[in-house]
Amino acid sequence: MSMPGAVFRELLGLFVDDGSLALAILAVVMLAAISVALIPDIPLMAGAILVFGCLGVLLANLAIAARRH
Amino acid sequence: MGNWAHIAPALTAAFLASLVEAVEALTIVLAVATVRGWRPAGLGATAGLLSLALIVAGLGPLLDRVPLHLLQLAIGVLLLLFGMRWLRKAVLRAAGVIPLHDEAAAFATETAGLREQASRHEARLDWLAALASFKAVLLEGLEVVFIVIAVSAGRGLLVPASAGALAACLMVAGFGFAVHRPLARVPENTLKFAVGVMLSAFGVFWTGEGLGVAWPGADLAIVAFAALFLAAGLGAVTLARRPSAEAVP
Repeated sequence: MSMPGAVFRELLGLFVDDGSLALAILAVVMLAAISVALIPDIPLMAGAILVFGCLGVLLANLAIAARRH
Repeated sequence: MGNWAHIAPALTAAFLASLVEAVEALTIVLAVATVRGWRPAGLGATAGLLSLALIVAGLGPLLDRVPLHLLQLAIGVLLLLFGMRWLRKAVLRAAGVIPLHDEAAAFATETAGLREQASRHEARLDWLAALASFKAVLLEGLEVVFIVIAVSAGRGLLVPASAGALAACLMVAGFGFAVHRPLARVPENTLKFAVGVMLSAFGVFWTGEGLGVAWPGADLAIVAFAALFLAAGLGAVTLARRPSAEAVP
């Protein structure tokens, strides 16, 4: 592979290894952003969505990966 | 410069992450040096370091122009993707679901690859060897640069985070060149686990700040998030553990 190709692949690989985990994280961030837009008076709601959403996504992904292997 | 509680998370995250990346880069540079000598290995590594310096010099002024909330949000999301990816892999390795990364095996594979290239392209081998060294330093270094920028951006912590990263790189280079062997006994998965926890915590914090969340306790919230990710990670290791797995992540 060419050097720019290898660098691009490596850069992408920094952030995306398991595609479903990356998509789930982005979905949690989107939910938090929607919560800020819809309920601007309670920004901590978005914070709670972020914290517990990310933890939930991680645990669910690990459970699936452990079962699959 | 802020107080120690403000500086410590960024410095520690940059130090530990850089330790992991430097060990991986050193393995390849040592493999190149073993097969073709220190000249191509050193030239490639130096060129990689210079390229990294150019990238940092180019990126720095650009980042200053990005609005703070946008920068926090972008870096926060990237940190979440990066940190949770590391944490996921570290948990699966600690639980024995996937094999541990083995620096000695990586060194053997790289050395064998270079020797195989030697049999095919003897005339160009010094160039190919230098390129392998260059790629290793550039690609692993990019991760270090990203982590340093991500944990320090917008908080005036670039100097302590860079110092942490530099200390790790110098330490690994010093040990590596002293023993002339890959640092296979570094507890790489434990480091990755710790860094994954810290970067995920930073990611939640920055993403929230970018969205306008005022975290209770300000910077101290990062410590609370790290504790939650640590508990979740350790719990997941226990639940997913296979009989042959190591005792500690």
